[in-house]
Amino acid sequence: MDIRSQISMVFHLDKCIGCHTCSIACKNLWTDRKGAEYMWWNNVETKPGTGYPHKWEDQEEYKGGWVKIGKRVELRGAGKFRGLKNIFHNPHLPVLDDYYEPWTYKYDDLISSPEGNDQPTARPVSLVTGEHIEIKAGPNWDDDLSGSELYAKNDANFAALSKKEQEDMFNLERLVMMYLPRICNHCLNPACAAACPSGAIYKRGEDGVVLINQEQCRAWRMCVTACPYKKTFYNWHTGKSEKCILCYPRIEVGEIPACMHSCVGRIRYLGVLLYDAEKIEKLVHLEDDHLIEGQREAIVDPFDPKVIAAARANGIHDAMIEAAQKSPVYRWVKEWKLALPLHAEYRTLPMLFYVPPLLPIMGNVTEGTYNNKNQTYFTSIEQSRLPIKYLASLFGVGNEGLIRSVLKKLMAVRLHRRSIEVSDMTPEFAEGALREAGLTAREAEEIFKLTSLCTFVERFVIPASHREEAIEMTKMVLDHKGETGFGFLDGPERI
Amino acid sequence: MLDILLFTVLPYMAFIVAMVMALYRYRTNSFKFSSLSSEFLENNHLFWGSVPWHYGILVVLSGHLIGFLFPRHVLAFGSIPVRLLIMEVTALIFGLMALFGVCMLIYRRFTHSRIKIVTTGMDIFILVLLVGQVLSGVLIALFYRWGINWYTVSLVPYLKSVLVLSPNLNYVSPLPHLIKYHIVSAILILVFIPFSRFMHFLVVPVHYLWRNWQRVIWNYDRKMIRKRY
Ligand code: SF4
Ligand code: SF4
Repeated sequence: MDIRSQISMVFHLDKCIGCHTCSIACKNLWTDRKGAEYMWWNNVETKPGTGYPHKWEDQEEYKGGWVKIGKRVELRGAGKFRGLKNIFHNPHLPVLDDYYEPWTYKYDDLISSPEGNDQPTARPVSLVTGEHIEIKAGPNWDDDLSGSELYAKNDANFAALSKKEQEDMFNLERLVMMYLPRICNHCLNPACAAACPSGAIYKRGEDGVVLINQEQCRAWRMCVTACPYKKTFYNWHTGKSEKCILCYPRIEVGEIPACMHSCVGRIRYLGVLLYDAEKIEKLVHLEDDHLIEGQREAIVDPFDPKVIAAARANGIHDAMIEAAQKSPVYRWVKEWKLALPLHAEYRTLPMLFYVPPLLPIMGNVTEGTYNNKNQTYFTSIEQSRLPIKYLASLFGVGNEGLIRSVLKKLMAVRLHRRSIEVSDMTPEFAEGALREAGLTAREAEEIFKLTSLCTFVERFVIPASHREEAIEMTKMVLDHKGETGFGFLDGPERI
Repeated sequence: MLDILLFTVLPYMAFIVAMVMALYRYRTNSFKFSSLSSEFLENNHLFWGSVPWHYGILVVLSGHLIGFLFPRHVLAFGSIPVRLLIMEVTALIFGLMALFGVCMLIYRRFTHSRIKIVTTGMDIFILVLLVGQVLSGVLIALFYRWGINWYTVSLVPYLKSVLVLSPNLNYVSPLPHLIKYHIVSAILILVFIPFSRFMHFLVVPVHYLWRNWQRVIWNYDRKMIRKRY
């Protein structure tokens, strides 16, 4: 056993209201500067839709992630031979227009234009060239545009659906959408890191955050291709790639990443997972069907004394182990098996998990009115507007059984609560649903609490950073001992 | 006099400046070491520029290097006319490829508004320098035939004499101006390595071939600290 710790996340999609507060928090903090204007380390896309960058899930075009060919697992569009061969021109690199050309408006013209017959306007100008542009795309151009010919219809996940099922989704009565907030997954088998010719990308041992060393990046751009989620970005101004840093300066001092802290829908959970690094290699080579189960297995029980001993031996701090025991992420992912990774088939072992959305489910209608008085208030999950197949393509590597089991649980929790709160159904009915979903009433109660009544400290459990030890993250204690007081940017010169 | 300056003093100055400045910049500001790729802003013309340029120049440069390292073998190998012809033609083709590529790169710098934004004076300067270098090389190949032969007997000894710190002008003085230009321009390129995007070829990622796929870094390695104190 080689136990490591990872700060990991769960997004509960039923709760996301698509407000983009998370994106703005991140933008203001990290990417509101030259060369990074087009980057959204956190973005929220509407599904079905093509996302950001345009059609990022289409790996035929972008060649991201790992693929299993026979027994071997290799990078689809990068790697030692392919990457170096394409280093002078990378045919799979998404370019600016695949994202959008960032712009601002000439606000100044509104107040400084000379007097004339026309109202002055603030024309849009490109943030790259400074020239006037006609805005043709933005980071959220298809926001809420479910059913659009241009965007929704081109969703890569439709490949999993039959023609009839696809058409059904575009029926006016059945139109549906959901939000998918995305950040870097801080993967266990990061394709970005494996593809970097300079070796500039690394995973931090302490918390699993994946970072790009700006001093070592040489603009070979392979990470951009390799990341199947397109969460590394090329800064055209500095000539360096950048990515989500999970707000590590905040995490180090015990604060919560900005996107999560500001999340209006409170959909986000952050906590420690302990995993067995020895299993990763085998895990990466599993067949598609077993990937999600395998990843769950690699995440180990933080209460198991053997695990604790192995963690300690690896130098994992007691505070980290304690946090792992209280981790909301552990409950969602491992205990309740409600949270699933996004597109696990890319084999990067993403450590951000999603609770797939249950709603909207078609209501029961008799003679034009919703039937909201009895236990048939919710119809079956099979009638969910988002076809289970579609969700399975996103979160289940095509395995509908996985999604069905999650949705059944979510539904059972709702029925359970309704039987208590509204009591328009018999307790037996709710119990039956729980039994079928494989939940106990106590578990249902806990899921309900962590979904709806969770406080800040329940959603986010990361170890308190001991100030006296925080410095040890980057320095040897005894080296640091002689340095207290105030320092100098440039040392003194004695000549 | 000019010859002495250009072929005995300049090479050493160039070498020292290049070495010292490259090391200095690497140590003090390795953030600035980047190939500064602009593919993200424009990737069509780049293909027709960057690919022929890089592959062309790589082959031609390796040719120069092989001739320098194994002059006798090259000479012996080329003693059969057909072989020599094949070598010459190959070199010429790759040289033309590089020339085409670098011209394309210049064209691209001036025609795309997005690329203009990320173009510096130094970029243009070194591109022009490269055109001069490759063009002179191609012309030499055309007008002073069988360069592979005379390179090994006249230029290689000169380069070796420079290397062992006793530059022998006798080898280069009688050469035509075009060839002299080719040499001086090459030395100039050397000088500008640390001051331009040329720097990227000092950090060519060959170590990628044998490094592990994944890198994990522990900022705070408790086990190691326990051992140390
Ligand atoms: S999501 Fe992409 S950028 Fe983030 S760790 Fe995984 S491969 Fe790397
Ligand atoms: S802030 Fe939260 S609720 Fe709003 S879009 Fe982002 S993830 Fe969704």
